[in-house]
Amino acid sequence: MIHPHPMHHRIGLAHQAFAGDGAEAIAEAGAAVSMSRRRFIKLAGASGLAIGLVSTGGVRAAASSGSDAAELKPDQQPNAFLHIGKNGEVTIQVNRLEFGQGSHTGLAQVLADELDADWSRVRAELAPAGDAYKDPVFGIQMTGGSNSIQNSFTQYRELGARARAMLVEAAARTWEVDVSTIRTREGRLISTDGRSADYGEMSEAAMALPVPASVTLKTPDQFRLIGKPVKRLDTPAKSTGRQFFGMDMRRAGMKTVLIARPPYFGGTVAGFDDARARAVEGVDQVMRVELDRGATGVAVVADGFWPAKVGRDHLEVRWEAPASELPDTGRLAAQFEALLVRDGLPARAGDTSGLAGAARTITADFRFPFLAHSPMEPLNALIEVGGMGAERRCDIWTGTQFQTIDQGTVAAILELEPQQVHIHTQFAGGGFGRRATPTADYLADTARVMKAWLAAGRSEPLKVVWTREDDVRGGYYRPFTMHRAEIGLGEDGGIAAWKHTIVSPSILKGTAFEAFLVKDGVDATAVEGIADTAYELPVAVSVHHPEVAVPTLWWRSVGHTHSAFVMETLIDQIAREGGRDPVELRRALLRKHPRHLAALDLAVAKSGYGEKPLPPGRAWGVAVHESFRSVVAHVVELSIEGDRPKLHHVTSAIHCNLAVNPRSVEAQVQGAVLMAIGTTLAGAEITLRDGRVEQSNFHDYTVPRMPDMPPIDVHIVPSDDPPTGVGEPGLPPMAPAIANAVYALTGEPVRSLPIPLG
Amino acid sequence: MTRFNVNGNDVSVDVGDSTPLLWVLRDSLELTGTKYGCGMAQCGACTVHLNGRPVRSCVTPVSAVEGAAVVTIEQVGDGRIGAAVQEAWMQHDVPQCGYCQSGQVMSAVALLADNAAPTDADIDAAMVGNVCRCGTYARIRAAIKAAAARLA
Repeated sequence: MIHPHPMHHRIGLAHQAFAGDGAEAIAEAGAAVSMSRRRFIKLAGASGLAIGLVSTGGVRAAASSGSDAAELKPDQQPNAFLHIGKNGEVTIQVNRLEFGQGSHTGLAQVLADELDADWSRVRAELAPAGDAYKDPVFGIQMTGGSNSIQNSFTQYRELGARARAMLVEAAARTWEVDVSTIRTREGRLISTDGRSADYGEMSEAAMALPVPASVTLKTPDQFRLIGKPVKRLDTPAKSTGRQFFGMDMRRAGMKTVLIARPPYFGGTVAGFDDARARAVEGVDQVMRVELDRGATGVAVVADGFWPAKVGRDHLEVRWEAPASELPDTGRLAAQFEALLVRDGLPARAGDTSGLAGAARTITADFRFPFLAHSPMEPLNALIEVGGMGAERRCDIWTGTQFQTIDQGTVAAILELEPQQVHIHTQFAGGGFGRRATPTADYLADTARVMKAWLAAGRSEPLKVVWTREDDVRGGYYRPFTMHRAEIGLGEDGGIAAWKHTIVSPSILKGTAFEAFLVKDGVDATAVEGIADTAYELPVAVSVHHPEVAVPTLWWRSVGHTHSAFVMETLIDQIAREGGRDPVELRRALLRKHPRHLAALDLAVAKSGYGEKPLPPGRAWGVAVHESFRSVVAHVVELSIEGDRPKLHHVTSAIHCNLAVNPRSVEAQVQGAVLMAIGTTLAGAEITLRDGRVEQSNFHDYTVPRMPDMPPIDVHIVPSDDPPTGVGEPGLPPMAPAIANAVYALTGEPVRSLPIPLG
Repeated sequence: MTRFNVNGNDVSVDVGDSTPLLWVLRDSLELTGTKYGCGMAQCGACTVHLNGRPVRSCVTPVSAVEGAAVVTIEQVGDGRIGAAVQEAWMQHDVPQCGYCQSGQVMSAVALLADNAAPTDADIDAAMVGNVCRCGTYARIRAAIKAAAARLA
């Protein structure tokens, strides 16, 4: 359940983060994620620690008592998050990027509920970069890890409750009555003596009052917005073309920039002829620029996208490849296969001695390709630099998941202090992780272009735009990854031993996140989902992180994109080879995990699995997986038409604790399912030949389309516990559910994505 | 100089003949509701109506619209079908990131103008060229059917 007392909740958080039985148990099991998260918090400025140690008791104290605003951190100050106009309109600052996941509405709901606001008069805005908007757990401003609601749920409730208490106090002072005689309802203050006022009438006086340090939060039965299927605040604008994205921003005098990037990662310009480019009408300037990861390129500055594009097409650039070996998917596969037979860095201990004497063994090798995120809005950023001396400032308008890192990176390039870099967070057309680069690559490139522009004596604002080709070829892919599992089965079909080897380039080695998420050489994002599996299994995991000259990055659900596929298809194979029902085996292996069982049982029950007869040629496929602290189960009905799997129906169940907005949760599961279906389709892979990416746009890099979307029902396990992740957890179990149905039909286990045809 | 009509207004633009309509709309006329997604008619984010037919404005040279009537997402809601589609989009909370939705709406309106009661197969055929990375297809399908029912 949700703890109505904020201090309990805070202590709960600290407990979980620092000394929780759960965290220790997982850590003992070798899962680096929780362990590292703990270290991250410790090392990243201890904001979690501060929360944990604030303990004043008296959580039921009246709202106006114990006021001491000095105790509160910037992220606890209502003034930074909330404006109530004289007309009663409430404007809420959302500390996350909105790029489809719905936090813009969800966090507004959370705050507005405790504020007792009139939802019809609530608006929400995306907060700019600022200390108050840092993630209260991680201590940097970021959107990722399906954390937006889970990490800011209590924060936003408290913000709303504090503001409400201040409004009540202001009314009590104005009316000269005790606060206990005032109640609130949908944006109004109502006194027992019959007087009432709109929030707008009291807001100025209220927001000038001291902020109460402790407030009483609602109990779940008192929620009016939290847990309700509220419509998204951004739907009208997004249905009518009125929603502005970063791509749509403009400033007076602005120029548009396209960059000719090297065809090799880390390549450089050996020389170029820009005569034809400069002859294109509308092209203003052509400049050699430094780029991400030591590369160089040529920037074409023009009046608008099209002249910049034509100008770039007319450049003649001689490129120099980097000195290192050029990455090639074929050679990488051979290199990775060679590593699969060797022990890597230990990621989870387990006794593998049972392999030798096993009655039967399963040896399975898996392969997963590089994947580009390809959000619908190609990357872009608008940058402006102005002012002198202490007034010098840089303004950037962009959709980013990583404001704090971007600020620091841009500041270093432009020789400014981070606080001189003002990031105006824009709605983004998708991201899926691509807008969270530890190198801040696209913003660093934007800053470098501006630096060259300033050096050329110019100062107009620049909008740096990526084409789709730049996006598909631009790297920062989900890493090419292989797994090998060697499983020993006993006479009874039981799992006697399991030796698991993963070969996956590290996303985080060499980045600022290495200290927090890489432990004893093991990148937690490569082994998550296997090393911390909920299944009761004797699995021993080791990992190799080969150096590969291709930039890699988290891609919606990160390591779970491959680990869940491996685990869930193997569980099906073990079940079938042992003559057991795959659902029954999962239930047995998950008997100590009630949330897993609840999600699995709900999806199974709603689907009709095991009860409803299927037409000939159809099979069930089931998978369940935990990621980002939520559990999702999918049950699919599938046939094979020609040589293609065809999905007839998907039944999904998610256990994400309290669903703040069930409508949004449904949308996120639907979206994650579709994205996972995409990974199974022919052509959904990035390949390299002699250092060059072979794909370039949606004609040769497959993305799922309308006919690929099956009918889907999403069910939510009821719960009042504090919310867990929603944006990503629907993805990992979907591809294996498909593969398991294919296996049931063909008898051949699927060992790779995309699923090979024919 | 190319002259045509956008959303009921006569406009004339002085850009190269081969400039795609998309960039005339976005950069010259500041109608940014129409989106750039791929530049090669592979994603549908740039869909507009040219004399009532859906076209991908990213591969439509401005010279091809001389004298024509162009309707964009900014104006499509003024029509009966456009209003019903946008209403259904809101009822079903279709958009997630929303970037592709202008094109989705334009394609859906064109579909319903031709076919008052589209089947699932009709919807697949009409919408296959509009990519949504967030995965709103299930709600798009439901919204198109709702709009069709409302218009019937």
